[in-house]
Amino acid sequence: MQKTRNHGDRIHGDIVFETRDLRIGAIQPDGSEIRIVKGVDFQVRRGEVVALIGESGSGKTTISLSALGYAKPGLSFTGGEALLLGQDVTRMSVDELRPLRGISVAYLAQSAAATFNPSIKINEQVTEAPVLHGTKTQAEADARALELYRALELPDPETIGDRYPHQVSGGQLQRLMAAMALCGDPELLVLDEPTTALDVTTQIEVLKAFKKVIKEEGAAAIYVTHDLAVVAQIADRVVVLYNGEIKEAGPVEEVIDRSKHPYTTRLMDAIRPMPEAGQGDASSDEHLREAPALEARGVDAGYGGIDSSGRPAVPVLRDIDVAIQRGKTVGIIGESGCGKSTLARVYAGLLPAASGDIYLDGERLSPDLAGRTREQLRKVQFVYQMADTALNPRQRIRDILGRPIDFYRTAEGMTRRQRVEQLLEMVELPVQFADRYPHELSGGQKQRVNLARALAANPEVVLCDEVTSALDTIVAANVIELLKRLQRETGVSFVFISHDLSTVSSFADEIVVLYAGMVAEQGPTDRVLSPPFHPYTRLLVSSVPEPRVGWLEEAAATREAKAGASGAVTLTETGCPFFARCPLAIPGTCETVDPPTLDDGNGHVIECHRSLAELSA
Amino acid sequence: MTGLILRRLGIGLVTVLAVSVIIFFGTKILPGDVAQIRLGQAATEENVAAFRERLGLDRPYWQQYLGWLSNFLRGDLGISLASDVPITNLIADRYQNTIIVSGLTALIGVPVSLMLGITAAMFPGSLYDRVLTFVSVSLVAAPEFFTATLLVLLFVFALDLGNAVVVGSTEGKGFFELIAHFALPIATLSFVIASQLIRMSRAAVLNVMSSPYIEMAILKGVPRGRIIFRHALLNAIGPIVNVVALNLAYLVTGVIVVEVYFAYPGLATLIVQGVQSRDYVLIQGLGMIFCLTYVVLMLIADIAAYASNPRLRHPK
Repeated sequence: MQKTRNHGDRIHGDIVFETRDLRIGAIQPDGSEIRIVKGVDFQVRRGEVVALIGESGSGKTTISLSALGYAKPGLSFTGGEALLLGQDVTRMSVDELRPLRGISVAYLAQSAAATFNPSIKINEQVTEAPVLHGTKTQAEADARALELYRALELPDPETIGDRYPHQVSGGQLQRLMAAMALCGDPELLVLDEPTTALDVTTQIEVLKAFKKVIKEEGAAAIYVTHDLAVVAQIADRVVVLYNGEIKEAGPVEEVIDRSKHPYTTRLMDAIRPMPEAGQGDASSDEHLREAPALEARGVDAGYGGIDSSGRPAVPVLRDIDVAIQRGKTVGIIGESGCGKSTLARVYAGLLPAASGDIYLDGERLSPDLAGRTREQLRKVQFVYQMADTALNPRQRIRDILGRPIDFYRTAEGMTRRQRVEQLLEMVELPVQFADRYPHELSGGQKQRVNLARALAANPEVVLCDEVTSALDTIVAANVIELLKRLQRETGVSFVFISHDLSTVSSFADEIVVLYAGMVAEQGPTDRVLSPPFHPYTRLLVSSVPEPRVGWLEEAAATREAKAGASGAVTLTETGCPFFARCPLAIPGTCETVDPPTLDDGNGHVIECHRSLAELSA
Repeated sequence: MTGLILRRLGIGLVTVLAVSVIIFFGTKILPGDVAQIRLGQAATEENVAAFRERLGLDRPYWQQYLGWLSNFLRGDLGISLASDVPITNLIADRYQNTIIVSGLTALIGVPVSLMLGITAAMFPGSLYDRVLTFVSVSLVAAPEFFTATLLVLLFVFALDLGNAVVVGSTEGKGFFELIAHFALPIATLSFVIASQLIRMSRAAVLNVMSSPYIEMAILKGVPRGRIIFRHALLNAIGPIVNVVALNLAYLVTGVIVVEVYFAYPGLATLIVQGVQSRDYVLIQGLGMIFCLTYVVLMLIADIAAYASNPRLRHPK
């Protein structure tokens, strides 16, 4: 479709978007300015994907939003230009910008779940921009949407638009958001961390779909991310940002393979090493002599009422046997919805198991919190993913840490003040932080306080639920180092829950792979990450992106990825729940008979109908 | 969804039953023997005993309660102790005024207040928003009789329009004549409910306005009006209908001051008379009617909130 605006092309060549000394800041009530973006120059050409990469606070999202002439509430454009198709969008009024937004330039946000209006059907939201701006009739927009649903390989493309956002999966919603952005045939796409919230297996599909559509449409794109491995798959050029300034820019191969700036090198180094055999401590028999610190035996759990046969209305976990040895770390991995967090809640007593038992130091625990003694409560502590919501915003750090010290009486001869300072030192924070409020701390610092709050109880086992998932690569790597040090010094056990296999493998002594509420495979880290693999583990391992160009195409072509992309995750009453997605499935057996436990004799077990030899191939 | 509504109905029923127990036994512990009061100091022991028997007051409490409840369910609210007239007749004379005044107030006050609140949310921090906030907060603080007095001073004494009290009959009057008839009480009550409705609808919409999907709509170039009325309002219906329902219930049950001030007899004054004359049969009947009004309105509000939530309307 020819647009009148494109006359500008003759003057501006193939540059779709360009910033010239762009400055963005927050103007304080006293008139002073906090500079967020400090003079940034870069260009995006037609058919090109430019990645903006950096940690949170680097200004990457703020810069990307300038392409839409949008500054987040509290921020304003303080200098320079942002030229979209030759027009400076930083100086336009809202009414002048409106026709550009959604038509010339479209935005894809990090969380599709939050970006879709829950009360409006998908199709109306997808087609809204072109219909509203009059560039398409409703019928044309519907046809375009259908075309995009097909191109993005969404299931039931004819009817998916009639659903509400909550009726489709997270990965599908992310692709639907791409359809929403593309429906107006924009010349520039702004993608803000569009796959960060996804599981690795879903991320591959979504990346593949994005890449295909961007290439086919010939659109230009700005891709904001902190993940260099993702950048390698999708970007043509990379702009590395730090603290609102460009540190390095160039073609993707050059920046990834021959980074010049030390900051880029640091980012590369912080990429967690690829999961491979030989990581983690090989388990010795030494610790097996005593009872595990915490153990689940035959646990079934779920939500809703429990029926007469002991089954919950919404079952989540089935027949879980997982033991956490003293002073060791057990990593629990699996896709969202597999029951990882539910298992942690069962251990903690927040969700009583429907059947089965939890043992602490070999002693049977009451399934729910109310039946546990204070001493038992003290020994098992929970660290939540979001420090922002876990820490009371109205309390000073001193009070947040002081409360468990008083409750569990762990000051032991020290004053409460000394104990708080000791805890802050343990998590490598300055003692002056005791008088601060959570909002005065950065994300990584808050997560350290969150951890210190759990340590205040002198626990034996700390349940860490996705504690690094919301953090930047470098910050997350530092938190992992801290956890390792704390374990060495205090002998505490960690249950480390994550959907990120590479983080878990860099840290855990043992790995438990959960799929649809059942243990698929468990054992020492090096054993789990080397053949024989459970077919699901193999899919997970092969889905972790590698920071090299061309990986996506290779990975997407493997049989695991092909099988993994089809089929939905369902918790089954009998048989192996992975049946529908398994490339090695044996029809007639796998979906009806519970898989046998294969034991290779090193504490490494796989639940599968295939033989260990077949799984090694 | 159907299950949810049935469960909600069940909760409503339990509430009504619980309140009926409280009302019944609550009136039983009012001081003084009813028969004695009714017959006066001069009554003989035999007369009092006979009267107690006639009212069934000699039976055990639980039997009295069940009898009273089953009569209530059949629409028989009993005979007034103060005037020997069936309670239903007493109420029939009064409920018309109450229904007309609260109905008209709801019809005028609710939509106007909601529009004001929603438009204030469209331009937060603007002069319009700040003036509206100031006025509505002042109205929250002002008692009804103060607002009513101001209105009477302004319209009746300064502008010489209408009467300071409601006079004449409502019979045969049309819609606009009724509005004119009850103009001052309706205006007073509209101001009273307006403050809360404006504050709450503004807060509910503003709360939604900070959601990522609203930012997305802005970035799609959706105009402000459509953002509010198509994207934001749908997600703010739940809290708004609840405030509306609470205010409507207040209009039926809590307008005693306004009824007295403008001297028109309604249900709220009736219950005060009931208390004054120790007419516990009347109090029980009105108490149950007020309870039912609350329960039914809240039930409607909750069902409306369920229906506005696509997650409940269309489960996965």
